[in-house]
Amino acid sequence: MLFKTYLTSAIMALALIGNAHATNDENIWQQELHQQYFAGKNIEESNEIIKLEAPYRAEDPALVPIQIKSQIPQTANKYIKKITLFVDNNPYPFVGEFELTPASGKADLAMRIRVNTYSYVRAIAEMNDGKLYMSKTFVKASGGCSAPIGADLDTAMQRLGKMKFKLQPDTKMSEPHLTQLLISHPNITGMQMDQVTRFIKKSHFIDTIKVTFNDKAILTAKTDIAISADPNFRFYFIPNTTGTLKAEFTDTACESPTSRKVCTTGKSYMQTYTIKP
Amino acid sequence: MKFFQLVSLLIFTPIIFASDTIKVKEIAADVYVHFGKHELPNNHNHGEIANIGFIIGDKCVTVIDSGANPTQGKALKNTIQTITSKPICYVINTHAHPDHIYGNRAFKDAKVKFVGHHKLSRAILTRSPYYFTKSKEQFGNQLTSADVVLPSIEVKNTLQLDLGNRILELTAHPSAHTDHDLSIYDSKTDTLWLSDLLFREHLPVLDGSINGWISELERLEQNSYTYVIPGHGALVTDWKHSLQPQKKYLLLLRKEIRLLIQQGKFLEDAIKTVAYSEQKRWKLFNEFHKKNISTAFAELEWEE
Ligand SMILES: [Zn+2]
Repeated sequence: MLFKTYLTSAIMALALIGNAHATNDENIWQQELHQQYFAGKNIEESNEIIKLEAPYRAEDPALVPIQIKSQIPQTANKYIKKITLFVDNNPYPFVGEFELTPASGKADLAMRIRVNTYSYVRAIAEMNDGKLYMSKTFVKASGGCSAPIGADLDTAMQRLGKMKFKLQPDTKMSEPHLTQLLISHPNITGMQMDQVTRFIKKSHFIDTIKVTFNDKAILTAKTDIAISADPNFRFYFIPNTTGTLKAEFTDTACESPTSRKVCTTGKSYMQTYTIKP
Repeated sequence: MKFFQLVSLLIFTPIIFASDTIKVKEIAADVYVHFGKHELPNNHNHGEIANIGFIIGDKCVTVIDSGANPTQGKALKNTIQTITSKPICYVINTHAHPDHIYGNRAFKDAKVKFVGHHKLSRAILTRSPYYFTKSKEQFGNQLTSADVVLPSIEVKNTLQLDLGNRILELTAHPSAHTDHDLSIYDSKTDTLWLSDLLFREHLPVLDGSINGWISELERLEQNSYTYVIPGHGALVTDWKHSLQPQKKYLLLLRKEIRLLIQQGKFLEDAIKTVAYSEQKRWKLFNEFHKKNISTAFAELEWEE
């Protein structure tokens, strides 16, 4: 069937062209995101302050592990104040912003995000003096059968609100200590076909997270639908005394998956963990 | 018509030749299977990689999974019509993965009822926008909302479908390969159509629950069947033996991930180290293994 072979190669050629120009560019960042989130501000592209790491090929677009590695210590005089994350080509590119303090000890972060397609992922660090530095990396979300949703929605829904702290066992007082916070939440994107009305089409996601140690802020975050279901965050804090590590989060539901104009406030949840020497 | 117009028309209008059929095998009396190739969905195969087929009763025919795109669906329909003159009464979708459902459109007809797990509709609606983009970018399929065909019959636990002197027993499974797997049992030939609850040769792909999948396998292992049809891979004629590789892989995946979690390790560590001893035993290991680790890890870290 010659005709069909020809047709197939025509479609292939088209698809290849489609791929080539699909996403490997800076347009969305330059024309939209930079202006929207950092209007008029100069951002230096550099891996000297933070370095963003993500797998080049994301085998599971629903769970892409990313790490932000800080290249400077958090001191009272000079520290990373905020890290903002974007996935350029996601339906809602803003992933989250994470405010850190000198009490964090080290401004490293790790989390799992959703990456819908081939895209730059970028992290912008804002220093306490206001200077901005950006680290970026390109991620190819693979075309397997998984979708950037979450494998088992009902299980996450039933467990919603549950939190766990996990600390590395060898706690050395007064040194930055790696801490993991697990939150159970389906973090529903709200992206779906509009055929019937019997399903909830609203997004439903965690919008704020606050972690404190003895009421001093360690990590304060605003987050969005690009955070994977059952979010998992890693960060540092200095356990220089006995006390209480506390995590609080709130969630929200928005009418549109890509606009934050009409949203209703959800509930708040809290979890504590006792630090002993 | 100018040449480039013809080309663009051809590109944007999938041409379906009335005579196009696909290769099927009658694995048992009136049970026909098209065996897919072990490939990643791509521009050559247009995602047509799954085992799909049909069962013929005295009254009518049921399709089991319709293929990856309307062209494959139409070819399956043409194939059915060359084998029997009986009408198609049901299209059963075993789950929402794109290689199993996007031929549905070719069967849309007032007389055809679509059947699926009670969570299938939700899965189709939430996954479709993503699959459509992927499908266009990566497999050369132009799918639209017209390709979204939801089940009108939903199975909560079990359901019997009568094809005329042939009763099929459908089972909606708890979360396993996906959170909406449906299997079909044909008592006439003692055939269990498991679809993606069983993978052979092709690495099992986890998109539901590893604990759920292992327990479903252990439960089904107690039964015996003359034939079992996997979603990917060759026909099974020795069930208890043939399910072992998949069971072994899933058990190993779970065991090694649980160990890392106990040791306080992270997903990134697991992706680098877990269950690579299985690498040589499977096709498409490199394409899906890391995804499986990710899905399993995200589930198992919530175990107490
Ligand atoms: Zn599948």
